[in-house]
Amino acid sequence: MATEQTRGLGRILIAPAVIALFVWMIVPLVMTIYFSTLDYNLLNPGSESFVGLENYFYFLTDPAFLASLQNTLVLVGSVLAITVVVGTLVALLLDQAVIGRSIVRLMVIAPFFVMPTVSALVWKNLLMHPVSGLFAWIATSLGLRPIDWFAEAPLLAIILIVAWQWLPFATLILLTALQSLDEEQKEAAEMDGARAFSTFFHITLQHLARPITVVILIETIFLQTVFAEIYVTTGGGPGLQTTNIAFLIYSQALIQFDVGTASAGGLVAVVLANIVAFFLVRIVGRNLEA
Amino acid sequence: MKHLVRALRGVAFLGVVFSGAASLMAASPSLAETTLTIATVNNADMIRMQGLTDDFTAKNPDISVKWVTLEENVLRQRVTTDIATKGGQFDVLTIGTYEVPIWAKQNWLVPLDNLGPDYDVSDLLPKIRDAVSVGGKLYAAPFYGESSMMMYRTDLFQKAGLTMPEQPTWDFVIDAAKKLTDKSSEVYGICLRGKAGWGENMAFLTAMANSYGARWFDEKWVPQFNSPEWKKTLTTYVDLMKQAGPPGASSNGFNENLALFNAGKCAMWIDATVAASFVTNPKDSRVADKVGFALAPNTGLGKNANWLWAWNLAIPAGSKKVDAAEKFIAWATGKSYTELVAAKEGWANVPPGTRTSLYQNPEYLKAAPFAKLTLASIDSADPNHPTVKPVPYVGVQYAAIPEFQGLGTTVGQDFSAALSGAMTVDAALAAAQSSTEREMKRAGYPK
Amino acid sequence: MARQPSPARVLTTTVAAWIVGFLIFFPILWMVLTSFKTELEAFSTPPSFLFFHWTTENYAAVQGRSDYVHHAINSIVIAGGSTLIAMLIAIPAAWSMAFAPSPRTRDILLWMLSTKMMPPVGVLVPIYLIYRNFGLLDSRVGLVAVLCLGNLPIVVWMLFTYFKEIPKDILEAARMDGATIGKELVYVLTPMAVPGIASTLLLNFILAWNEAFWTLNLSTSQAAPLTVFIASYSSPEGLFWAKLSAASTLAIAPILVLGWFSQRQLVRGLTFGAVK
Repeated sequence: MATEQTRGLGRILIAPAVIALFVWMIVPLVMTIYFSTLDYNLLNPGSESFVGLENYFYFLTDPAFLASLQNTLVLVGSVLAITVVVGTLVALLLDQAVIGRSIVRLMVIAPFFVMPTVSALVWKNLLMHPVSGLFAWIATSLGLRPIDWFAEAPLLAIILIVAWQWLPFATLILLTALQSLDEEQKEAAEMDGARAFSTFFHITLQHLARPITVVILIETIFLQTVFAEIYVTTGGGPGLQTTNIAFLIYSQALIQFDVGTASAGGLVAVVLANIVAFFLVRIVGRNLEA
Repeated sequence: MKHLVRALRGVAFLGVVFSGAASLMAASPSLAETTLTIATVNNADMIRMQGLTDDFTAKNPDISVKWVTLEENVLRQRVTTDIATKGGQFDVLTIGTYEVPIWAKQNWLVPLDNLGPDYDVSDLLPKIRDAVSVGGKLYAAPFYGESSMMMYRTDLFQKAGLTMPEQPTWDFVIDAAKKLTDKSSEVYGICLRGKAGWGENMAFLTAMANSYGARWFDEKWVPQFNSPEWKKTLTTYVDLMKQAGPPGASSNGFNENLALFNAGKCAMWIDATVAASFVTNPKDSRVADKVGFALAPNTGLGKNANWLWAWNLAIPAGSKKVDAAEKFIAWATGKSYTELVAAKEGWANVPPGTRTSLYQNPEYLKAAPFAKLTLASIDSADPNHPTVKPVPYVGVQYAAIPEFQGLGTTVGQDFSAALSGAMTVDAALAAAQSSTEREMKRAGYPK
Repeated sequence: MARQPSPARVLTTTVAAWIVGFLIFFPILWMVLTSFKTELEAFSTPPSFLFFHWTTENYAAVQGRSDYVHHAINSIVIAGGSTLIAMLIAIPAAWSMAFAPSPRTRDILLWMLSTKMMPPVGVLVPIYLIYRNFGLLDSRVGLVAVLCLGNLPIVVWMLFTYFKEIPKDILEAARMDGATIGKELVYVLTPMAVPGIASTLLLNFILAWNEAFWTLNLSTSQAAPLTVFIASYSSPEGLFWAKLSAASTLAIAPILVLGWFSQRQLVRGLTFGAVK
């Protein structure tokens, strides 16, 4: 039980973090709200004027907006699905008796340390290139037609790259969880004549519920702002096929230098992210309670 | 306990790394009186200049130089943010011909009328000088200039019994491309840019559209993507690439096409004239001795499908180091720099496309077989009259208005979708038209 | 010890695990191999796997062009500094949330996370203006501050879940013995929390190391870390994929070594205390 004394101390201790984050949030936020009501283009300085909600109207009625919203959801959803499912499978595999497990684990963890720009460049030029990429060479050697990734399935290509980067994260969390699962529990279940499948569903998967929640929450936050992979590979195209919200705001802010609309877009993104977070916490939140 | 030991070891490791870093930082070298921070783009000529900095600092011992070398788009966003907010992070900027007139109009640049007696402004190629001057004043000093031209494989042409004229037409190019395509041996008739971006596919497509008589805007700033000329341009481009282009064309930019051409997979390639020195360099290219050059194609309407671009050095207004910056710019873009590069790296590697004297230098003409066509290409581009019909904007493959980067990027995406087959040509043009109309209306055109 | 799996089964799982590990690692391996090829070989088909002319010319070129050590030191200082400061602010806060929770604790936690939801590019201009006015552009201090604040919510959250795992009865016992809160913090809590703190530290170090938006936009040369170094090699005009691979290998080498070295802490850190 927390006493009055610890409560008071608790407030003092939490204060620096709350104040720092509050300042960090509120100052740019107020400026962003202010800018979002201005006609403010960096390339036309001195012509700033109040335009009310025009920037919001403009951002929300942009034909690219709905497409990018959809792409964002598909991207986040697919990467989550891939990393959780494949991550679970890889974790299950590594949980078996494996000679040289620590080396295998090193190889699996490595993609997490690679900067997004670098991994996008490597995938685009060295692997997925339809003429000189390694995948194309493999396909041709097998007598197949090489896939033209960034034209035929651009969003899928981006999803694969991003999933590759986040797979280690999911695998590691799930692997550690599995390793802590009591060996006796599993054995007991097997003794009882439970088959492998029902062991998996009743014991293993249940045990993984909480780590999976953590994977989903953290990845969702980072995946909503995926940008470098798109910027390096497709530039949001062809058409709008790979434009997500983060890329759309980028093009407002740093290609058109339209600070007003970019600010409005940023605020729209915050609202959307909060809606997603709200539902996410409702769905998986109970796993967060101690 | 085991965990604790391991954890402590991790912390200790970090600690060691830190103290090491701290001690290294303490030993920073003493600085010269003026330090110039120079923002530049990471292409071969700029990197070469970076390597030759010692020559400048030897001549100007009181000036030291710091380089910030960035990829083109990152450079543009960094430099624009900084100059527009008066951040004052850079003393010398590398900017393109697109930015110069816009920024000069905002009074963001220091006019360069003090580059010293050796600079010889009148030696600059007239087209290039025009592009970086506003109201007769030079606002940026061209470092290298480029146009675009046709590069082709002489061996493949010979084998197919074709002869490339010095001034090809699109009909000839299309016909040749189809004949030269041999997909089973991975040779494609023509490689062209397809990756979305105002400086990528739109640079090529706008130049190509000029040769078909199309334009971005009419005299009243009304977008023209619904015109038959644009339709003809885009239809021709998409059909040609489908029949004779490499796979993955919709994500190919300059680099990707260069790689394809160097690997011997393209029979023709229309792109920047600077590529000529790459494709003829045996260290990088498998086909170095089999490349021919010609002007960019036309349709007989009087305009070729070639662009005009230069990377230039400029000084931001409000800089406190204008004198030193002027000295640097005079060194980097003057004639003696050309000689320095020639002495150290050979004539073929000097920055091309800025000075008349270079194209009269017999040694250069001998070392650079592509020199004559580069000059002819630059001369045939006219930023003030880019296409057949009159236009309200300046610029061959762009319109020098602040809104163009955004417009070009959006339209570029539509057109790359048309190329990849995700959209029909008509749908892409309609989308381009409506987004451009919307954007121009919002920006308050006609002004 | 549990039952011994049959040798045949060990063999199967070993082979399968190595194949999977190799596939996941392959893009990085390929990049490292490419960095030792000539530019021409880097692009040749069929690709050469090991039997090509090995060369270190790309590394020499990269070193000749940019001051790798300068950028690497900046990366270490910025990533390390921001992580350490974030820890200093976050440890008390997380302690308070775990051991003196108020009805609003959960809301505060979620609010903190929500500060990470703004796309950075949306607030670039405000932050740039603030930094200009305070003279923080291209300073290590400025980058440390921005990365520290950016990662603070994650740090608090991770530490909070770790602290929650520490059994409360131990604290109660210490309190019974008359330990003050200060002593309790130093002598009882800290030793138990060290693994959690260490793993949080390492994960955030990696996140700060790979952060490429703020570091690229708020620094020029003096404070520029490895992300800026990489930006000078990506997509130049010309064929420089082998050099890009060499630069990339150099950029990820320190963090890869650190990460491998500290794998075990990281495994714990990543689980967020999800595992007991």
